[in-house]
Amino acid sequence: MHVALALGVIVVCGTIGEMSVSQAMKSIGEVHDFSPRGLARVMRGAFSLGWMWAGLSLMAISFFALLALLSWRSVSFVVPATALGYAAGAVGGHYVLGERVSAMRWLGVALVCAGVTLVLMG
Amino acid sequence: MKSPRLHVKTSIFLVLMIIFGPLGDVLLSRAMKRIGAVSSFRPGALAATFVHVFASPAIWLGIGSLSLFFVAYLLVLSWADYSYVQPVSAIGYGVVAVLGYFFLGDAVSGLRWLGVALICIGVFLVGRTPHNTREQA
Repeated sequence: MHVALALGVIVVCGTIGEMSVSQAMKSIGEVHDFSPRGLARVMRGAFSLGWMWAGLSLMAISFFALLALLSWRSVSFVVPATALGYAAGAVGGHYVLGERVSAMRWLGVALVCAGVTLVLMG
Repeated sequence: MKSPRLHVKTSIFLVLMIIFGPLGDVLLSRAMKRIGAVSSFRPGALAATFVHVFASPAIWLGIGSLSLFFVAYLLVLSWADYSYVQPVSAIGYGVVAVLGYFFLGDAVSGLRWLGVALICIGVFLVGRTPHNTREQA
C-alpha cells in the first residue's frame, strides 16, 4: 500500500510538476544571453512565476516519495515509476502542453520506456 | 530544428543534463543507502533523519550536481518541447552503463545492454523530430 501510493505520487506529481516548469520556461521564451548576468536575469524571471513554484512543489513531493521508496525497497521497485514517467510525459506534452507528438516521437518514447525498464531490471 | 545553431545549443544543454543528472543521482543514492531506511514517520524520527541527511557531504555534492542539471534543464525548456527533452535525457542511463563498464569495471548484464540499445534507438528517433513543435502549430 505504502509502495503503490509512493509510486503513484512519484509519477503523477513528478510529471505534472515538470510540465508546470516547462510551461513557466515557455512563458519566459527562448534564452539567448548565457552571460552570468543574463542567466541571473532569466532565473530571477523564472522564479517569479507561479507555474515555476507550483511545478517545483510537485517535483519536491515526487522527490521525497522517491527517497522514501528507495529507503524501503530496492531500485527495481522504482522501475514502473520511472518507465511510466516517460509515457506520462509524452501524453502530457501532447494533450496538455499542445506539443505535436508525431508518430516517430511516440515510437521513440515507447522504445525509451522499454529500454529504461530493461536497464533498471538488468 | 529551425537552424543548425539552435540544434547545437540544444545538444550542449542536453549533454550538461546528461552529465550532471546521473552524477547527482548516484551521489544521492549512495548517501541515502549509507543513512539507512526511513523506518518511522513520527515527527521526531523524521527530524532526526533530516539532520542526518543534510549533514552528509555526499548529499550536498549530489544537490550541487542536480542543481547544475536543473539549470541546464530550465534553459533548454525555454525553447525545446518537454516531450522532446524528457525522453532524450534518458540517454543518461546509457552513459552510466558505459562509464560503469569501462571505468569502474562494473559487470553490465546482456539485459542492461539491450535496454541501453533500445534507449539509444528511441532517443535517436525522438532526436529526429523537431525540438519545438508549438511555434509551428
